[in-house]
Amino acid sequence: MRALVAVMCRELRLAARARSDWLMPPFFLLVVVTVFGFGAEPNDPRLSAFAPAILWVASLLAALLTLERLFRADYEDGTLEQMMLAPLPLYLSAAGKLIAHWVLTGLPLVLLSAPLGVALGLDGADVRVLVAGLALGTPCISAIGGFVAALTVGLPRAGLLLPVLVLPLIVPVVIFGAGAVRSAQQGLPVDAPLYFLAAILAVCLTLVPWVLSAALRNAVD
Amino acid sequence: MWTWFHRLASPPHFFRLAERWLPWVGVTALALLAWGWIGGLVFAPPDYQQKDAFRIIYVHVPTAAASLSLYTLMAVAGAVALIWRMKLAECVLVATAPVGAGMTVVALVTGMLWGKPMWGTYWVWDARLTSELVLLFLYLGVIGLQQAFEDARAAARACALLAIVGVINVPIVKYSVEWWNSLHQTSTILKLGKPTITMDMAVPLYAALVGTFLLCAYAILRRVQNELLWRERRSGWVAELLR
Amino acid sequence: MLKIDRLSLSRGDRVLFSGLSLSLSAGELLHVRGANGCGKTSLLEALAGLRRVASGVIRTQPDPLPLHWIGHRNALSASLSPLQNLEFWAGLHGADAAAADAALAAVGLKPAVRKRAVRSLSAGQKRRCALARLLLQVRALWLLDEPLDGLDADGIALMADLLRAHLDGGGLVVMTSHQMLPAALPGVRELALDRLGSS
Repeated sequence: MRALVAVMCRELRLAARARSDWLMPPFFLLVVVTVFGFGAEPNDPRLSAFAPAILWVASLLAALLTLERLFRADYEDGTLEQMMLAPLPLYLSAAGKLIAHWVLTGLPLVLLSAPLGVALGLDGADVRVLVAGLALGTPCISAIGGFVAALTVGLPRAGLLLPVLVLPLIVPVVIFGAGAVRSAQQGLPVDAPLYFLAAILAVCLTLVPWVLSAALRNAVD
Repeated sequence: MWTWFHRLASPPHFFRLAERWLPWVGVTALALLAWGWIGGLVFAPPDYQQKDAFRIIYVHVPTAAASLSLYTLMAVAGAVALIWRMKLAECVLVATAPVGAGMTVVALVTGMLWGKPMWGTYWVWDARLTSELVLLFLYLGVIGLQQAFEDARAAARACALLAIVGVINVPIVKYSVEWWNSLHQTSTILKLGKPTITMDMAVPLYAALVGTFLLCAYAILRRVQNELLWRERRSGWVAELLR
Repeated sequence: MLKIDRLSLSRGDRVLFSGLSLSLSAGELLHVRGANGCGKTSLLEALAGLRRVASGVIRTQPDPLPLHWIGHRNALSASLSPLQNLEFWAGLHGADAAAADAALAAVGLKPAVRKRAVRSLSAGQKRRCALARLLLQVRALWLLDEPLDGLDADGIALMADLLRAHLDGGGLVVMTSHQMLPAALPGVRELALDRLGSS
């Protein structure tokens, strides 16, 4: 447990010295949503119909921005080898890094999505569903994205490959997340899609650390 | 059982075995495809509802089935490669991806061509079409990942992990797209019900189905042979073979 | 105890070396030498379990043998201070956090240096930080890849002291080095990896 805390603590310390790393994704989300607003007619009521899709896709892309760097520095400076030889199993140190990644990039996106949802014309109840969906969905993005980042760490074209590999894997999360908000907009019950998101999150939490550590070992070998 | 397993896994043994099987697989595949396609495209009676447009199923259904089965094969080969570190399984995994991607493309294109007369549009966001499209992305991801690596074994192991995660993902995608569609209340889709199919329609379909699978097997075996030759190009048995 | 039996390693499809057999007992240091590219680092990686062996076996007693690994990269985060880096390693290895500061003092880093960002340190100071990891916790086997890289005469003498203390305590060391080893170390054995089979 202390070792896990040490991993997360190091991530937060590193982040405190590289503020742009975690300030950029929320800023990116803000810019994308604004540009979408400019792309539509002024005060277009249809914008609220597309708000779930816009916010989800923008959050996904914002989270992708940071994923490529998740393991790269550790891979390059030799920290990753050391982590593999440490008494703490690699899947736990990897899980620690993923949790820190979510706290630094996923959580700000969840929080920022509420005002942006209102700006796009969602009403109070819909915004609550949006935030709940993102709160369940962004950890899935961190987990699946982290797995792909581990697969591609050390590859010369990792930056190009990463989004192409992550996006098809993340389709169900986007469907249920954005779908929950649309259900809310249409006055349909929202618990089913949210439960599905929670189920996907549970699958991610149980499986991803293992396949992720296998991917890291493969990258170092 | 295990000695058989190990013998099969030895590259030179597998290479020779494949060499012996390949002509039979190829000829049977062509014969079945000829039977299936001529029987289906020429002799089978037109459908009472879809007229002649239904004939595309003789290409569409077999390729769609193959695209899914080959992805499963890839994941199984990946699991074997990871667990037993078997070189042959790595080769099978790497060899299957392009064949599977090809089958997926054919299934998608024929599905779209079928969609035009049936649904009045080339593309509907129907559960099957959409998940087939995601399947294509997954295939392309595996191919892209494999080509990004320099070391063949590291590439194969990374692809194995991706294929395994993908195979868990495919049913989730399928289910999520179905749920998503039910929300839409799609009215464009012509409900065909369960049309009963006559024997002279069905038999060529089965022939085409088996033929397509054998054709895939042929392509995969050939690609595995190539991969083995390339990987073992410095070993004795390859030098002997090429002399 | 470490025992290597008919070990072969390859990188890609190139065989680095084959048929390496040796055993190392407590208090012995194996000095691996050889030209660049003959597989010194790969041998260390295989001993650490970071690299798969092509054939042969590596046995240790006890199994697994607790080890410290110092690669040719220092595994230091450039934006953190030596102290923060070491505290992280102490936490990960379950060692006492206070051990971090003591270890840095023992490798001769002044208190002011311990709090500066690693980025601003010299190559020798960074190497000392990496070597301080050896002191966080007692581990029987040290695997050191070019530990003397970047160290000044004072640093090399310090390393010799660390090695001597470890060997006297019954530890095992496998290290690569282009430089001659500091004299007067007990139990040193030489291995010329590029001349396997000819000797």
